[in-house]
Amino acid sequence: MTSSWTGALRRYALRKLPPEKLLPESQPAYMASWIYVFGVLTVAALVVVLVSGGVLALFGPAWWHVSSVGKYVNSVHLWSVELFMAVMVIHLWGKFFMAAWRGRRALTWMTGAVTFLASIGTAFTGYVVQQNFDSQWISGQAKDALNAVGVGAWFNVLDFGQMLMWHIVLLPLVIGLLTVWHVLLVRMRGIVPPIGATAPGDER
Amino acid sequence: MKGARGRAVKGARVPAPEAFPTRPYDLLKEFTIALVVVAVLSAGLAGLFSSPDETPVTLASWSSAAPNDFTATAVAELAGSSTSAQYGPPYNDTPGAGQKIGPVGLQRAAGVRIPVDPAEDFVLRPLRESPEPPEVTTALAQWNAATPDQRQAWSSAYADALGKAPDGDPAKVAPADYGPVPALAAGLLTLAQAGSLDGQLLTRGRFYQTDYTKPMLLLADGSYLSDRATAQHLTGSQWGMMNETGNYPGQAWLWLYTFWYQIDPFKSSKNADAEVWAIMAVLSLALVLVPFIPGVRSVPRWTRVYRLVWRDHYRTRR
Repeated sequence: MTSSWTGALRRYALRKLPPEKLLPESQPAYMASWIYVFGVLTVAALVVVLVSGGVLALFGPAWWHVSSVGKYVNSVHLWSVELFMAVMVIHLWGKFFMAAWRGRRALTWMTGAVTFLASIGTAFTGYVVQQNFDSQWISGQAKDALNAVGVGAWFNVLDFGQMLMWHIVLLPLVIGLLTVWHVLLVRMRGIVPPIGATAPGDER
Repeated sequence: MKGARGRAVKGARVPAPEAFPTRPYDLLKEFTIALVVVAVLSAGLAGLFSSPDETPVTLASWSSAAPNDFTATAVAELAGSSTSAQYGPPYNDTPGAGQKIGPVGLQRAAGVRIPVDPAEDFVLRPLRESPEPPEVTTALAQWNAATPDQRQAWSSAYADALGKAPDGDPAKVAPADYGPVPALAAGLLTLAQAGSLDGQLLTRGRFYQTDYTKPMLLLADGSYLSDRATAQHLTGSQWGMMNETGNYPGQAWLWLYTFWYQIDPFKSSKNADAEVWAIMAVLSLALVLVPFIPGVRSVPRWTRVYRLVWRDHYRTRR
């Protein structure tokens, strides 16, 4: 056995998340409800958001105002965000009512909740970089709130360049990393058993 | 005692998922189907409903569509009575300006970081830096030679007179001594209508720029922008930012944030923004920390919604 950092990392990763746990072909029988679909729907919607946003990024922020194809791609981006937020909120409420943080899963809940908050920030920065009347009005209103708590000079919603960077670089990176972390935690801990459930053979 | 403790420990213990019977489950297939469903839904909704794209307001379009509002705003900038002039940090150091959360004034504590002098930045410098007719050059010289009190007296008197004139029309203002103010305001209107002011407030000697702070502050000082927003149900009392132009869902997820602005005491508080942010910061932290908050973390057990989710499990167990 080598003592390299690389080898140590590989052994740690395999111990924490062996391949059969990372990509299992079976799940506990109690995982039988439509509510479970909303987690994977959230990840799927995020992919559509990222791809449609990527196409918009490819042609630049002004493209969709002057091209009918661009307008359609922008519309796909908008509606996939609406779907993303909707399925994520259902996923969040579902996990709340399942008390899904039980059994050393608090970090899974916390990464999910922070992803939700980061998504709100990302969507907001998207609204202020549309380069239209909505952007003008929303940024004009939002600056007062941000200035009121003393952060408006550093997170200046009237600075289009700064907001564009937050929207297409920093926040997607945060959401991407949090999502990966969240999903890996789900795979590591497994699906939370029903409230009050005892392992078969453990009943009294 | 021991029994009670034992029950408490047993109640808190969550068995490992591996201890339960399993069934075949194809995660990758599930994800692929979900991806196709979301992609098709997004593409379909985009085709059906498109997305809003209301043309932005420029200083040129504002000054052409509502010249009297633009003139009144320019005069307010000179008089120091505009929203921007009275704003406080981070734009200027107006005494007493700045919101507080109780005794804590974060806005003032942050200081003036993006200095804006509305009279100089929005009116005087653009006029000075443009080729102007003789009457505007003379007006600028008269303004520069005057004392601050004299400037204030002229601009305040003209602002009042414009307020009393029919439709705020400068041509119908009662005659009085307004010094160089009418000529300065008229000069700026011409500059704005020609489109020059849009560029002047933006470039400031640079070719590339992305910061719209100054033109946006000037736009927001007038009532043209907010009148358009009111017509599009976008103001704070109309659930504000969570809406967008047209009949689109907007940022519906901001409902709780926007909700506080609709009720007292926040509806009428001059510190509403700071107070609502403080509330939302606490609530956001609480959301993240739900697993550790006694009472809140027990709500799922009390509501028993989970019995719907795992109804098969509980039925089998019975």
